[in-house]
Amino acid sequence: MRGATHAKWAACTVAVALAATACGSGSSGSGSGSSSSGSSGSSGVVSASWGDPQNPLEPANTNEVQGGKVLDLIFRGLKRYNPKTAKAENALAQSITTKDAQNFNVTVKNGWTFSNGEKVTAKSFVNAWNYGAALKNNQKNASFFQYIDGYDKVHPETGKATATTMSGLKVTGAQTFTIRLSQKFSTFPDTLGYAAFSPLPQTFFTNHSAWLAKPVGNGPYQVQKYDRGSQMSLRTWKKYPGPDKARNGGVDLKVYTDNNTAYTDLVAGNLDLVDDVPANQLRNVKSDLDGRYINTPAGIIQTLAFPFYDKAWSGPNGVKLRTGISMAINRPQITETIFQKTRTPATDWTSPVLGKTGGFQAGLCGSKCTFNAAAAKKMISDAGGFPGGKLTITYNADTGSHKVWVDAVCNNINNVVGNDKACVGRPVGTFADFRNQIGQHKMTGPFRAGWQMDYPLIQDFLQPLYFTGASSNDGQFSNPQFDKLVNQANAETDEAKAVKTFQQAEGVVRDQMAAVPLWYQNGSAGFSDKISNVALNPFSVPVYNEIKVG
Amino acid sequence: MGRYVIRRLLQMIPVFIGTTLLIFLMVNIQGDPIAGLCGDKQCDPATITQLRKDFGLDKPLWQQYLTYMGHVFSGNFGTAFNGEKVIDLMGSAFPVTIRLTLVAIVFELIIGIVFGVITGLRRGSFVDTGVLLLTLVVIAVPTFVTGLLAQLLLGVKWNIIEPSVSSEAPLDELIVPGLVLASVSLAYVTRLTRTSIAENARSDYVRTATAKGLPRHRVVIRHLLRNSLIPVITFIGTDIGALMGGAIVTERIFNIHGVGFQLYQGILRQNTQTVVGFVTVLVIVFLVANLLVDLLYAVLDPRIRYA
Repeated sequence: MRGATHAKWAACTVAVALAATACGSGSSGSGSGSSSSGSSGSSGVVSASWGDPQNPLEPANTNEVQGGKVLDLIFRGLKRYNPKTAKAENALAQSITTKDAQNFNVTVKNGWTFSNGEKVTAKSFVNAWNYGAALKNNQKNASFFQYIDGYDKVHPETGKATATTMSGLKVTGAQTFTIRLSQKFSTFPDTLGYAAFSPLPQTFFTNHSAWLAKPVGNGPYQVQKYDRGSQMSLRTWKKYPGPDKARNGGVDLKVYTDNNTAYTDLVAGNLDLVDDVPANQLRNVKSDLDGRYINTPAGIIQTLAFPFYDKAWSGPNGVKLRTGISMAINRPQITETIFQKTRTPATDWTSPVLGKTGGFQAGLCGSKCTFNAAAAKKMISDAGGFPGGKLTITYNADTGSHKVWVDAVCNNINNVVGNDKACVGRPVGTFADFRNQIGQHKMTGPFRAGWQMDYPLIQDFLQPLYFTGASSNDGQFSNPQFDKLVNQANAETDEAKAVKTFQQAEGVVRDQMAAVPLWYQNGSAGFSDKISNVALNPFSVPVYNEIKVG
Repeated sequence: MGRYVIRRLLQMIPVFIGTTLLIFLMVNIQGDPIAGLCGDKQCDPATITQLRKDFGLDKPLWQQYLTYMGHVFSGNFGTAFNGEKVIDLMGSAFPVTIRLTLVAIVFELIIGIVFGVITGLRRGSFVDTGVLLLTLVVIAVPTFVTGLLAQLLLGVKWNIIEPSVSSEAPLDELIVPGLVLASVSLAYVTRLTRTSIAENARSDYVRTATAKGLPRHRVVIRHLLRNSLIPVITFIGTDIGALMGGAIVTERIFNIHGVGFQLYQGILRQNTQTVVGFVTVLVIVFLVANLLVDLLYAVLDPRIRYA
């Protein structure tokens, strides 16, 4: 009954708001939309919540969700990840072929242009990638190009760059180019759907500041107006040649100072789409929005990482100790009571969005990730207890309400060992400081680690995190067996076999308990009754071009 | 008068240097801001080194401060991490916050002084007790409660206003947020005016003016109010700075992209350039407002002279 009254409320407010603002486009848009089947730019515009992007909006410089939303709207690369299945599918690529998993021939489809009319050619890709990799451009995603031969010349670890272009990239024709990698990497083509690999038009290089003020891409939308820090208006690009044309007139991304305000605006009917439902509203969201709420898995996993550079944690009893901690955590209880089921207890080290064929293995962790107080207590005491008799879990206190779950995890552990002072959370004031301390290897106990996938590959969940010396191997885990299996998997030209080998490597991670998997994170979104066909892709970004208005 | 102004302006210099240095140190003490730029990943070390060099973070702190101040005096506030010039951020944020502050100040002046005069003249009456209670409630309830309540009732339940302010932030949309922002100060202005009026109502010059047969409104406005306004003006003067810097809660609730929002983001991202730049301007606003208040004293009470 409550739900029904709320729905009526929302409908009324929407109607009043429409009438009050004399918003003709809403009603006339639905009329014209049915006659000219979505291709007309006059059909409705979706208004959606947005956050101020942290970095300048360049494809190779955007590594967070807010900037990523824009790139997804205005760019299409060689590959695109299917919003439903997360499979990498050809977008601009006619074909990407290889015989040895190291040299690739790429043919770019004909007939694609940027929204300013410039043709998308092989050069558009090669120039963009060289720009992204060059050290002098400070691109934060530069490391995505690290497998391309010659990367170490344009982006040396120390000192000055000795080349401006990567020797591994060669333009062989108007629409063709070749890629040579510095090592075998069979699933490399599947990484090319990541936004950092987007093509760039000439204006990006010739008039950079103008491009930043109003980015030009080759995707289904073009930027109409960009007021930095407050709003970006995107409109459907009518000449978009791709198959995934926009089914609405455009998207207005509005920066909100607080996601609570965005949610209030949604309930009041001033906003169509919120892709980050605030945690304290999760209780009401079902009745407030009457089913217009999505909660689907995203390619994000939360874990507890360990400082393997600390002798206390890398010692012979380490495996038992880490496994004991894992078994002391009651995951279902925490995901239900604290996260209102917006997290799913993790049973492996990847993510459900990969699917079975992609390498996700439900239950791989087995009893080691299942709450078992007695077994956990025995494991921990067999290992000689916590180093120094105490366990601290470090987290950053400024975002993500990490304190709540860290306290809950500690509570679990304390109950298991029967000492309510054994485990404590150690908050660090800012995220930057937290990252800083991790980077300087100052951790003395487990610390919070979150991993959002760059591309839906099992490789991305294992290699960057657990390979010896890898970029995000914050705890400095190192295991020769694991490294060997990863190299073997990368050299494997048959994809199914590659995935199998990666799963064997994941087995090593399990046996060593390299990190304690906690839960998979879901993407959550709420939307108004003005729009339909709303979904989140595996990166928890709304699939804007599929949204229908009216 | 001229010498007084110059002396005051000179006094601003150490205050200015002191505050900016303090803010600079406070932001820097939190650690390396570049580490947080790459999300949950490790930034690649070469890019970190390069970025640190570009932002001047590889130099010793005192040198960073000197370089920064040197740039500030030539009007260059540096670049925020998102590639935008801090001066552009200010250009978009300050007009909005100034509008919001103006709305708040106008409410404070009009409602606060009118209530203050009424209650001051009718002490102990029903109106006086009512307003007294009301001001107590307003002072006791935190701004974010008032703000969220106003947003929920006016914006969502009764649909009188939009729950969030659009990015252009026109004056009419700022009325409710301005009122919320002004609420606490408004209560103080009421109380201050009341006390001041009540005290002066019994003074000789008011009795003289009344005895001369001046009309009551003239006695109250020209004689009584003018002399009673000094503490109120002092309060409002200091309040301008406080409102601009302290609008952060109101700005968050009503989605206003003003100074508070930029400062909050700057602190969260540990962006020294943004935080110090904005605080520098706020310090100047604060100092100038105080100077104006001091100069206004002479207008209100000619006995106060600045030699």
